[in-house]
Amino acid sequence: MSNYDIIVIGGGPAGMAAALEAEKHGVKNILLLERAETLGGILEQCIHTGFGLHFFGEELSGPEYADRFAVQTEASCAITVKTDTMVLDVQAQDGTHIVTAVNKEDGLLALTAAAVVLAMGCRERPRGALNIAGTRPAGILSAGTAQKYVNLDGYMPGKEVVILGSGDIGLIMARRMTLEGAKVKMVCELMPYSSGLTRNIVQCLDDFDIPLKLSCTVIEIHGAEHLEAVTIAKVDENRRPIAGTEETIPCDSLLLSVGLIPENELTRACGAAMDRVTSGAVVNESRETSIPGVFACGNVLHVHDLVDYVTLESQLAGAGAADYVQGKRATGGEVTTQGINGVRYVVPQRVGRAQSEAVKLYFRVGQVYKNACVRVRCGDTILAQKKRPRLAPGEMEDFLIKPDQLASLPHDAVLTVEVVA
Amino acid sequence: MAVKEMICVACPLGCGLRVELDDMNNILSITGNTCKRGEAYARTEITNPMRSFTSTVRVNGGNAPFVSVKSKTAMPKDLLFAAAEATRGVILQAPVAIGDCVIADVAGCGVDLVATNRVGSKN
Repeated sequence: MSNYDIIVIGGGPAGMAAALEAEKHGVKNILLLERAETLGGILEQCIHTGFGLHFFGEELSGPEYADRFAVQTEASCAITVKTDTMVLDVQAQDGTHIVTAVNKEDGLLALTAAAVVLAMGCRERPRGALNIAGTRPAGILSAGTAQKYVNLDGYMPGKEVVILGSGDIGLIMARRMTLEGAKVKMVCELMPYSSGLTRNIVQCLDDFDIPLKLSCTVIEIHGAEHLEAVTIAKVDENRRPIAGTEETIPCDSLLLSVGLIPENELTRACGAAMDRVTSGAVVNESRETSIPGVFACGNVLHVHDLVDYVTLESQLAGAGAADYVQGKRATGGEVTTQGINGVRYVVPQRVGRAQSEAVKLYFRVGQVYKNACVRVRCGDTILAQKKRPRLAPGEMEDFLIKPDQLASLPHDAVLTVEVVA
Repeated sequence: MAVKEMICVACPLGCGLRVELDDMNNILSITGNTCKRGEAYARTEITNPMRSFTSTVRVNGGNAPFVSVKSKTAMPKDLLFAAAEATRGVILQAPVAIGDCVIADVAGCGVDLVATNRVGSKN
């Protein structure tokens, strides 16, 4: 049984940043396991630009962003990479962690590690999760699958396209398929606002006169072998289709961009406490889960809008895992965080009271707010607040809490983050 | 006089901008912006809107069949389709490195198309 200090599961931006940061903190025996044949994760198919503005201060494409970390990871003496390797199980046992994985070269691998970093990313919500009536023809795919076909494999999945959901991948694919000669007829969004970034609405839809139909959804699918048309309808404030507003749109492909789900099968199997809102693990400020020595970061923890934030978060996890391996344990008690009054969730959910550096609380709101105030308080004590001209579910917000503020809180206190009208 | 409306994408705020133009397309006024960057955005959008272009190009003899490419800097928006057309027939020979020039001065826009990923030679 091979033994490592840290095993990182997932070789996307999260896993690479965590492994590199652990190395930087002096860990010399790190194993990085990746399911695909190359490092980079989903960034490999995100050929559009806009990555790295925060982290590198320049606008990179997905592959370029990934390559900056892949080059370092491959050159590192401390990090061993195994690609084409699928992790089947992670278990905590007698103070160590057993990772079971499989690949073509080694067969079944039983590995142990002092610490594990979970960085498996997320996957797209499929048609089956939407309960759309109608037939089950070919031509219905998630936006990310279409992105893989077009960008990595060189196939066009359709010529006349309807996109359901205005998530960023859907918007990006609207532009990409238009430039490759397809006719993108519309993007339908169930909510009265788009979940995508404003810049993507402008540069991917407005630039090409692609209509964005808000409060609108697909209610029926037509076609026996291949998709022939979809029926769309407007929805009321309870998201119920409004009778009489139906319209049938001929198309040969329907792309779904209706949300991302953290891929947490391994996390659940090892028994980590989960957050029902994020669908990721409950973590502390080092991104350590409820299982000592098991850390989680990136989209497996909560879905991020920018990869730059994934990198920053994963560095925290990598540093935390390094500290754990080196026997540094937090003392001094914890407080918990909670989102209320319009704040859907806060990460991290637990924060140690003894910190040498300020802790960032990341949070997301549940609807669009204009000229709102957000604040963090503990009981009646306000720790931080700020005015925001615009808050939207698609854009992550944050608060910085200083070490002296944390130290002043009672053990087991609850920090609430909220929107104040 | 004409009025053009647009959404500023300089930051996530997404201010709605309103630009008044005279008959010669000269800008008379810009309103709706909440910062200086909004004004600059509106000015470029009216005179010469720029966008980045990305696509993929086929690679022969490599460990991947395609490589991703981008315009090295933003290029004129109305040449995006011409750039896509110019990119379509190109076939590269592996190996390809990040930053390799794929098409110089693509579609005559003054900007080079460069590779944004590496593709190694097969075996």
